[in-house]
Amino acid sequence: MANQLEPAMWSGMLAIIKRDIVIAFRQRGDMVNPLFFFIMVIALFPLGMGPEPGTLQKIAPGVIWIAALLSTLLSVDSLFRQDFDDGALELTLMSPQPLFVLAFGKVLAHWLVTALPLICVAPVLGVMMFMDVNTIKVTLYSLLLGTPVLSMISAIGAALTVGLHKGGVLVAVIALPLYIPVLIFGTSAVEAAAMGHPFAGQLAYLAAFLILAFTFAPFAIATGLRISVNG
Amino acid sequence: MTAPLLQVEQLECERDDRVLIKNLSFELYNGEILQVEGANGSGKTTLLRVLCGLSDEFQGELTWCGRPRRRVEADFRRQTLYCGHLTGIKMALSPRENLRWILQVKGVSAADAPAQPSLDQALHDVGLGGFEDVPVYTLSAGQKRRVALARLLVEPARLWVLDEPFTAIDRHGVAELEGLIQGHAAKGGSVLITSHHALELNGLRSLQLGLGRGAWQIN
Amino acid sequence: MFQALKRLYHKLGSPKYFYEMTGKMLPWLIAATVLLLVPGLIYGLAFAPPERYQGDSYRIIYIHVPAASIAMGGYIMMAVAGVVVLVWRMKMAEMVARCLAPIGASFTFICLVTGSIWGKPTWGTWWVWDARLTSMLVLLFLYIGVMALNSAINNAQSAARATAVLSIVGAVNLPIIKYSVNWWNTLHQPASIKMTSSAIDPEMLFTLLSCIGGFYCLFAVLLINSTRCEVLQREQRSNWVKKTVGAV
Repeated sequence: MANQLEPAMWSGMLAIIKRDIVIAFRQRGDMVNPLFFFIMVIALFPLGMGPEPGTLQKIAPGVIWIAALLSTLLSVDSLFRQDFDDGALELTLMSPQPLFVLAFGKVLAHWLVTALPLICVAPVLGVMMFMDVNTIKVTLYSLLLGTPVLSMISAIGAALTVGLHKGGVLVAVIALPLYIPVLIFGTSAVEAAAMGHPFAGQLAYLAAFLILAFTFAPFAIATGLRISVNG
Repeated sequence: MTAPLLQVEQLECERDDRVLIKNLSFELYNGEILQVEGANGSGKTTLLRVLCGLSDEFQGELTWCGRPRRRVEADFRRQTLYCGHLTGIKMALSPRENLRWILQVKGVSAADAPAQPSLDQALHDVGLGGFEDVPVYTLSAGQKRRVALARLLVEPARLWVLDEPFTAIDRHGVAELEGLIQGHAAKGGSVLITSHHALELNGLRSLQLGLGRGAWQIN
Repeated sequence: MFQALKRLYHKLGSPKYFYEMTGKMLPWLIAATVLLLVPGLIYGLAFAPPERYQGDSYRIIYIHVPAASIAMGGYIMMAVAGVVVLVWRMKMAEMVARCLAPIGASFTFICLVTGSIWGKPTWGTWWVWDARLTSMLVLLFLYIGVMALNSAINNAQSAARATAVLSIVGAVNLPIIKYSVNWWNTLHQPASIKMTSSAIDPEMLFTLLSCIGGFYCLFAVLLINSTRCEVLQREQRSNWVKKTVGAV
């Protein structure tokens, strides 16, 4: 019995990742809308603040990070809502596999499908905001390290509110204060790179947040899911 | 007298400040079929969810194979098949893909279930032959239900907990499902079922809920 | 010894015992609040000697510092209550946690407003993004998140457990947030508040301690009062509540 549990635990997580990616590709809206949102929000800033390269270069790190943050927030509604509505969440809860592993898999799949496209598109938007190549590279690193943390935090909010049909603003109110450390160090890394200063420390902090989030968030997510399905 | 599979002692459930079930005690043995009856809102679904562990808003003791259920959750879940109102079938996937993810999430490998038919065979047996690869959202309501019922054929489980499984099933399907339930009980499995249908099964016990202020009756 | 602890645990968890015990405690607490707060505030706001560099504007610390302390402490208390709710399923802890949120949020708000009032004569603007005030602002957002989640869930027990998870996550994040905001502040270097001069005058210290003690007693009074109302509401179907309220 115990020997059969080990491979099965990972197979459960992999099954969920595979399933969610397949569903995302078949229902492309959930995948593509956050990406369009990301692009459009960034495009709003030159329109709202004037297209001078000086201004845009200065605000670019913050703008790209905040746009990524808001896109993550927008997309999190699709994380558990559909599973809750069609009963797949209950089936997942009825699994003998540890729920925090399965929840981790779900968030990972969600990140692959919603945040990874953002990261791929970010260089183009960086060029539009007059960032140089080195800065764009550091932006990519910081987004790569930071967006999984944002996904984990939003997943906690989503897990706590999935049973309520109140819309995403509640998740935003819950999650936004918790995003702040990631935002601070993410933008700081990019700004430091833009000015030619060292940025490795900031990236190290982001990596530390990543490890913390991966270690603890799945438990909070699992607890939140059980509470939501309970009521 | 062998040990009961599932034992319920002094179960009390409340919902929205209303007492649904008071002091419920019963035992479910291997090979037994128990039908939970009652009007709408009498607490049938709540009871099933409590027994499955999806809801913990209850007082009382639940015992699985002689041990408190909360200590053997993984073992309980491994041997239980729950099919609720919401079937858990993903609309964007095909019936075969659905069965596959459900089995994999449960951790069922081929080694666990050598006697189970293959996924395609099971889908054929529930009348979905030829529909194994189409997305479920293209199927009718009854066919969607049958995908969920195919689980009964492929998922190894001792206890079946079925909440209104006959919804949207035609008369032919009802007879088939009753046959499945009877066969499962004959092989030593147990079934906990709620249904508005009058079931024609041998050895059927009935638990009546909703008799007023948490009262219940079993025979 | 162990038996006594067990009995105490069960007693503390009983809403009825809590109600009766706090009913006796409350008059003493209110007296303590008045005794500590009124002289402290009056002396601090009106009679204490003016500070060397800031003149009279520093007086707001007699309200600002206690409020800040209670704001932070309140959130930690809420998180601890959350742990009790999740691990021991104690109903009393659910009610205390629920009542803590608005009170803690109010003190955070007071802290922000008094900080802003202090800032006007000191820096010339009503607001400055220094580390302390920004951390308090984020704390206010955390409180608002908890209150929003609490009011969004109808079932009292589910709401208590969900907000418990959220307060624990928030409490774990609090040091991270504080550190990040401090760090962010050093990067961008706006004006910062100097709390007090390096050597604090004993007169000011005593007044400050009196105010801190008084505000904590006030916090306790508000919390206990609020929790008593919550107890009456949640236990409204039980006999002892009906008798107390005189409904029977």
